[in-house]
Amino acid sequence: MINKSVSNALEAIREVKSGMTIAVGGFGLCGIPENLIAALMAKDLKELTCISNNAGVDDFGLGLLLQRRQIKKMIASYVGENAEFERQMLSGELEVELVPQGTLATRLMAGGYGLPVVYTPAGVGTEVAEGKEVRTFKFHGVEKEYLMEYAFEPDFALVKAWKGDRTGNLIYRGTAQNFNHAMAMCGKITIAEVEELVEPGVLDPNFIHTPGVYVHRIFQGENYEKRIEQRTFRPKE
Amino acid sequence: MLDKYGIAKRIAKEIQDGYYVNLGIGIPTLVANYISEDINVMLQSENGLLGMGPFPYEGEEDADYINAGKQTITTLPGSVFFDSAMSFGMIRSRKIDLTILGAMEVSEQGDIANWKIPGKMVKGMGGAMDLVASAQNIIVAMQHVNKAGESKLLSACTLPLTGIRCVKKIVTELGVFDVLPQGGFKIVELHEGVTLDQVRYSTQGKLVE
Repeated sequence: MINKSVSNALEAIREVKSGMTIAVGGFGLCGIPENLIAALMAKDLKELTCISNNAGVDDFGLGLLLQRRQIKKMIASYVGENAEFERQMLSGELEVELVPQGTLATRLMAGGYGLPVVYTPAGVGTEVAEGKEVRTFKFHGVEKEYLMEYAFEPDFALVKAWKGDRTGNLIYRGTAQNFNHAMAMCGKITIAEVEELVEPGVLDPNFIHTPGVYVHRIFQGENYEKRIEQRTFRPKE
Repeated sequence: MLDKYGIAKRIAKEIQDGYYVNLGIGIPTLVANYISEDINVMLQSENGLLGMGPFPYEGEEDADYINAGKQTITTLPGSVFFDSAMSFGMIRSRKIDLTILGAMEVSEQGDIANWKIPGKMVKGMGGAMDLVASAQNIIVAMQHVNKAGESKLLSACTLPLTGIRCVKKIVTELGVFDVLPQGGFKIVELHEGVTLDQVRYSTQGKLVE
């Protein structure tokens, strides 16, 4: 049995260096790799390029790395929840590449599927299309323009799953799956933190989301805060 | 004239039995409250859920169950979770029947601008560019004029575009308008108490009466 388990986040990120490109899972604060982000902070890595749908909030998620100026460039689709991000972007301290959310997910997916490029209609005719190859395809019965977008090949992908086994198989829970699956698939090295790490054979092979072949290190995280951004309720009936 | 709840209620009438629907943030989110109980509809949240249910009761919220606006939500019988790449796969491959979203400007050609105001904070386009580029059926829910009193139904958008030639229908506080294939805002209906003059005054783009 191939055993990919390591004891903790610091051991898992031993080979992550300043200046690298890392994909970080999560949507808002849902499904973010809390332990790995804390380890990046503790190790004080600098000049990171981060690919992540969002940039956290001021005092949690990737916002923690932004506060410490550890991120040089952010590739994201929506960054509206973070005042420090706004400050650094407007002052020019932080380089920002905004990518449509579906394009972001699909470029990650393409990396994991071994495809160098994908063609997507998102952004045609907008500033997102500037400098990109445009091709016309007949698809779904109509001729339409598509942008060529490159697959992501991050040095590391840092993801969070609900359960995993020591061979790296992962299962997510609810909408915490989000970008974690596609990111796990495209990392040159993928590190997964899970709420529950089990022995091989415990997880039903019929219900694995990410096959362990895509995962290189795995560990059980601790002290999950799982912060909620918008706590919304309906009145009791 | 309608308020935002009235706009949401009017748009809900466009939703048909069996539809898969993606609702954007703002007025579109309110549409969910007015969908007829006589039809079966599945709401998609692009962060990876089909079959989105109402907000949870207090104390039953779950950090792993959120919508694209990062609000806590619940699931319904028949719900399914999936990853972000598949979520936009179903959007691009036209499995989602209707997309309802807000806008800052719409042009008489159906171009839409709703993600960026140059010189002000840029929050990002999120999933809006993907949705408008692929959805077959897009309804825009918005106010007819902006806070400065300027028309949002224009001959050409002035703000950075989200997508081109994609909006089919607009519902504002004044009325319902189809965007014609040859260009122009065709008046489909005026809401109660709204006059044609009011609409003419508030519409900068080509109005087809």
